[in-house]
Amino acid sequence: MVAAGPGASGGASPEPGAGVTARGAGRSGTGARGARAREASGAAARVGAAERSGAAARVGAAEQSGAAARVGAAERSGAAARVGAAERSGAAARVGAAERSGGSSQADAASGQDSDDGGSQSVPAPPGGPGGRRRHLLSIDDLGAEGIATVLRLSDRFVEVARRPIPKVPALRGRTVASVFAESSTRTRLSFETAARRLSADVISFSPAGSSLAKGESLRDTVQTVAAMGVDCFVVRHGCAGVPAQVAGWTGASVVNAGDGWHEHPTQALLDCATIRQVLAERDGMAVDDVGVDGFVGLRVAIVGDVAHSRVARSGILALAALGARVTLVAPGSLLPPSLVGWPVEAVTADLDDVLPETDVCYVLRLQTERGAGAFVPSPREYTAGFGLTARRAALLPDHAMVLHPGPMVRGVEIAADVADLPRTVVLRQVANGVAVRMAVLFLLLGAEEATADA
Amino acid sequence: MPDRPPAPAGAAAPWPGTVVIRGGTVVDETGTRQADVLVRDGRVVAVEKRITIPGGATVLDAGGCLVAPGLVDLHAHLRQPGAEEAETVESASRAAVLGGFTAVVAMPNTDPPVDNAAVALEVLALGAASLCRVAVAGAITVGRAGERLAPMGELAALGVRLFTDDGAGVQDGGLMRRALDYARGLGVTLAQHCEDRAIAAGGLMHEGEWSARLGLPGVPAAAEEAMVARDIALVAATGAPMHFLHLSCAGSLSLVAAAKAAGMPVTAEVAPHHLALTDAELAAYDPLFKVNPPLRSAADVAAVRRACATGTVDAVATDHAPHAANTKEAPLDEAPPGMLGLQTAWPVALAALHRGDPGLGADGEAVPALSVADVIGLLSWRPARIAGLDRAGGGDQGGPVAAGEPANLCVLDPAHTWTVEAGALASRSGNSPWRGRTLTGSVRHTVVAGEPVVIGGEAQR
Repeated sequence: MVAAGPGASGGASPEPGAGVTARGAGRSGTGARGARAREASGAAARVGAAERSGAAARVGAAEQSGAAARVGAAERSGAAARVGAAERSGAAARVGAAERSGGSSQADAASGQDSDDGGSQSVPAPPGGPGGRRRHLLSIDDLGAEGIATVLRLSDRFVEVARRPIPKVPALRGRTVASVFAESSTRTRLSFETAARRLSADVISFSPAGSSLAKGESLRDTVQTVAAMGVDCFVVRHGCAGVPAQVAGWTGASVVNAGDGWHEHPTQALLDCATIRQVLAERDGMAVDDVGVDGFVGLRVAIVGDVAHSRVARSGILALAALGARVTLVAPGSLLPPSLVGWPVEAVTADLDDVLPETDVCYVLRLQTERGAGAFVPSPREYTAGFGLTARRAALLPDHAMVLHPGPMVRGVEIAADVADLPRTVVLRQVANGVAVRMAVLFLLLGAEEATADA
Repeated sequence: MPDRPPAPAGAAAPWPGTVVIRGGTVVDETGTRQADVLVRDGRVVAVEKRITIPGGATVLDAGGCLVAPGLVDLHAHLRQPGAEEAETVESASRAAVLGGFTAVVAMPNTDPPVDNAAVALEVLALGAASLCRVAVAGAITVGRAGERLAPMGELAALGVRLFTDDGAGVQDGGLMRRALDYARGLGVTLAQHCEDRAIAAGGLMHEGEWSARLGLPGVPAAAEEAMVARDIALVAATGAPMHFLHLSCAGSLSLVAAAKAAGMPVTAEVAPHHLALTDAELAAYDPLFKVNPPLRSAADVAAVRRACATGTVDAVATDHAPHAANTKEAPLDEAPPGMLGLQTAWPVALAALHRGDPGLGADGEAVPALSVADVIGLLSWRPARIAGLDRAGGGDQGGPVAAGEPANLCVLDPAHTWTVEAGALASRSGNSPWRGRTLTGSVRHTVVAGEPVVIGGEAQR
């Protein structure tokens, strides 16, 4: 069932544009706009666009056929699920062919168990086969609801890995992950590198300070130089939106967006969803494996603060809405994006008190002063008065409501110190889930054919 | 008359040969007729139905083509001095003549900028050795810094007719007012790059649906409109003429239309890319499509087209802005704005304004189509007049195509379809937004001062 549904969705079309349009169904307007962009731009000059939408299709394909099949195979009925996937997924079968046989053994590798599948001696797919071999995670749009669900399911397995005495699996042995962080970050970088190491990948790390970038080398040359050393995946953080997409066009490696300007931070959104799912499961007394993503349907989420300059907000809105949540934005006008056309949000308001009693998840954004947002409100004090989650305001939330924050928190500005320490504030869980979610993402992008037949 | 030495020749000496342009349709401001054109010693000698070919004449076949006064670009960045790796006067002039242009106005944002006679003379000298006529625009302020007036009189004495700080607008309204008063006395025209820097706030693309979605800082249309409105008020206050460069928004064009209706001495140009491309081009974050003013919404594209049809727009000017490849292979906040335009202006203008190609931007709303002659007028005689390069201004551009007139001509094929290849363009840079795309309309021949510098789409030197 897990494998069949997505396979039938047509997400594995070899036509790059098709994935975008098909995915648009999950988010009103996206497909139409994507189509318009392609129409306006013609075909040939749009290498970048093709890359990006192609990547979307590819991730979709991989998620929805190979990955789903792998998880299905490992978790459920073994060979039957795999065969079922192959029979039912149509176009996906071509992309997933090598991955399914190889993939099943990877899932076994991921779970650290011996495979009972004699087909684990997989044949690598020819490079440049249908749908391409490269996969990227540049935007939550690359995943869609099914892809998000796949990541969450897989990350549950990796949470389990983290509890082992030796929290390491051989899934990506022999693979090299390069983290390229052109903007300061501690937690995201460490989280990705830890995730890669727990999957047994080699990690090389690169930041502008003291590097060739500081010596005037262009980012493209730098990236291609690092790529020439043999890199399977770039994890890219940059202060300017679009750089991960550009890097994807410059190299033959997979690219994960680890935060680009005000654009997106997809793994943050995924770990937020994983955290919300955990809390919902615990509240209902269920195992997280069993809850799926149905708990998001109708979930009332308030995203509070600097939406305009927040990549966390963009990815979060896309992910939560894709899973069926109802998103309300709460911000002063100067911290809202210039247009919300096509954004899957239910409401926009400046009255936080009004929203909180009807909120299941209160997502508090950081006032991002280092990107000049400080000047968008008269003072932190006035911001706190209008939009800070103070103790008084936190008391307006329903008892079951949870509070999330992407960190780092500025206590006393967007969130009061005592509210930050309430049990309902799940910030440390978000961080803890970060590693497992990033393991899932790297595994899905890189857990390809030849990696782990010897698990 | 001020004590002014004769302007140095911006064009090469007349070419001492004979050329017959056969079988085309002659189009100029006076009308359209089937005729051959005989050129000798740099001048048109005859425009007649059937001209007997003299011995030794170069014959240019114009069958199916339009024979028009050479195109005149009000707005080209030639990059010399200072950025010769991106373009030189010579390479830009080759791109120009291949695009049908017989004259270009070189923008002053070179390094050093054209804010003094020495740099102006250098560019004029390079231009005299190039393939087309090169006029220069001077800076309004010293170093284009917007702080104090550049020596406009010294530059006007060299024949400079347009002044602009292009690349940036003059932010200080008081300084702009003084510049207009001073320019009025010199008989020159100020040209403004309308962008209120504070409102633009460092934006990288048009502010709107796409910038919000892509997470890129946007430049609101208001940044352009605010300066257009301010400058129209300053024109009213001073009576000095003003030319608006590369207008890109519906609101700006409405303001200019109202000013013209009130009889004010304002003119406006638009760039080919603003006739045809929208902000959706940025969807893949390709800095190739970063330009200033930015590519706007589909509604703005339609408004720009409409303003060409209603007479609000006086010229299509390329804003040809070459950038070395490595500078465009950078994050969007580092990549410089600008795109090539000289070799694609004619087919793009033809597609957007005459054929109304829906595939090239626009919002589906019907836009009145211009005649081919009107499209050529926007690219030739009308900009020639603004630049003071027309016959009335003492220049040799913009026609008419008639016996005794200077032979600056282009032969335009409205039907030939070709695919733009960056490597095949004459510019030293490859940053054409049209690369890889197919355009209809090409330049078959170009004649500069009687010399066929382009024959059959090939530059002759």
